[in-house]
Amino acid sequence: MRDELYQQTILEHNRNPRNFKKLEGATHVAEGYNPLCGDHLWVYVKVNAGGIIEEAAFEGQGCAISKASASMMTASLKGKSVDQANELFEEFHKLVIGELKPDEHPNHLEKLAVFSGIWQYPARVKCASLGWHTMHGALQKEKSISTE
Amino acid sequence: MSLDIKKLRQDFPNLSINVRGKPLVYLDNAATTLKPRCVIDAMNAYYVTGVANVHRGVHYLSEQATAAFEFSRQVVRQFLHARRVEEIIFTKGATESINLLAQSYGRHFLKKGDEIIISYMEHHSNIVPWQMLCQQIGCVLKVIPINIQGEIIFEEYLKLLSDKTKIVSIVWVSNSLGTVNPVKAVIEAGHKQGAVVIIDASQAVTHMPIDVQELDCDFLVFSGHKAFGPTGVGVLYGKEKWLQAMPPYQGGGDMIKSVTFAETTYNVLPYKFEAGTPPIAEVIGLRSALEFFQTIGWEDMEEYKKELLDYGTKRLLSIDGVRIIGTAKDKTSIISFVVEGIHPHDLGTLVDQEGVAIRTGHHCTQPVMEFFKIPATARASMAFYNTKEELDILAKAIIRAKEIFNA
Repeated sequence: MRDELYQQTILEHNRNPRNFKKLEGATHVAEGYNPLCGDHLWVYVKVNAGGIIEEAAFEGQGCAISKASASMMTASLKGKSVDQANELFEEFHKLVIGELKPDEHPNHLEKLAVFSGIWQYPARVKCASLGWHTMHGALQKEKSISTE
Repeated sequence: MSLDIKKLRQDFPNLSINVRGKPLVYLDNAATTLKPRCVIDAMNAYYVTGVANVHRGVHYLSEQATAAFEFSRQVVRQFLHARRVEEIIFTKGATESINLLAQSYGRHFLKKGDEIIISYMEHHSNIVPWQMLCQQIGCVLKVIPINIQGEIIFEEYLKLLSDKTKIVSIVWVSNSLGTVNPVKAVIEAGHKQGAVVIIDASQAVTHMPIDVQELDCDFLVFSGHKAFGPTGVGVLYGKEKWLQAMPPYQGGGDMIKSVTFAETTYNVLPYKFEAGTPPIAEVIGLRSALEFFQTIGWEDMEEYKKELLDYGTKRLLSIDGVRIIGTAKDKTSIISFVVEGIHPHDLGTLVDQEGVAIRTGHHCTQPVMEFFKIPATARASMAFYNTKEELDILAKAIIRAKEIFNA
């Protein structure tokens, strides 16, 4: 049944989003906006000289799916290299469109696999991917990301 | 009075489906209405035994199709109480009708510095075409503000009016708030300043009888699919004197009298504005739709929908944390609301699991959302085939969503 979509992890991250703040000293920042539903967030990433993500954060407003997804993303990025972050972005993207089955395909998603059911809700895929697209854009130094 | 809702529902095959294992509760009528069987049958009959192009052939089928197509125009004329059938233009929807007006009337009659007045609660389709016109010719868009109930502030409208005002374009019934605007007074005041007044009747069309002569509006637009008809067809009503004076919107077949490479002369009304093969099946379907719901009776329909509105409003407000957006005194059966602690999109997904179809989002009225300082709302919009039981199911689904969210 559907409550698959709203699993406890997602509900919990929605209630208590991690790294929900403006990150001072961020090296990469991008704004993400989904005009369809009004989800609007900013993603901050702090990359050190060695190319490692020291910290990631986000702020803004959105539905539970977009908020939980961004929250879990910031938690999982910490300590990863930029290349690893980009790889994780690709994997997450494939996950939410149903192309990657966490049980069948090797991946680095770990807790993020909680979003594996979302491909069954095509209208909500963009909610889950907004934070990720924004992060990806930030690392590419794009200014504003829209998922519409 | 009293409508036989159970019997009426049988005319809508779509109402009998299950969604996610539960009977469909369709509360998204402001987005599009379901279609009665007679509409589906009429369109089907055209495709099964009546296919032909219109206004062209001398063969039997073409004559039949042309007659059916033109009879629809008569039905629309009667429906709107227009003076002449030439004043009824078929378009692909209200959006195209407004774009036609902006590009044909607007570009022809307006000049730099002229002003166009719309309201704060317009659908994007009655904002963007005017912004495009303003960019093209340098005219200026003015906006009538609204109050916290979601009603236009009439005195502010009067202040905006001046001899620079050339067009007033306003929605009759707001799709996101349910507000019924005092269009008669808006039209009168606009005319005093010499402006033409356009009425967007997209939502109004199923809520009240329309008499364009009594209203004295210059133009009126609506979409077929919000009036139990098919998608892909809409109507532009215009006073003949304006339509005569306006240049064509698009060029092509059907809108010409004769074409040479040196010169083309345009066809007469209404064909001047109907370039290309029109949506024939849809126009035929629209006629069935308008005939169908007029047989139900406006008064009974309105009384019943008012009951649904009152019941639904009370039922939703009985749930902790529910706030209704749009509380105008004069309101149709549209309830926009937010639930504390649950984003409208999450709510939409959760009530969908109970088979309930509501709209969530900004409803193509982003300025309204910005005014109420919310990103989106959930919206339940009722047609005459909805029931109080269905509103109970919605209420229960909201309560369940709140439990899941601990909201």
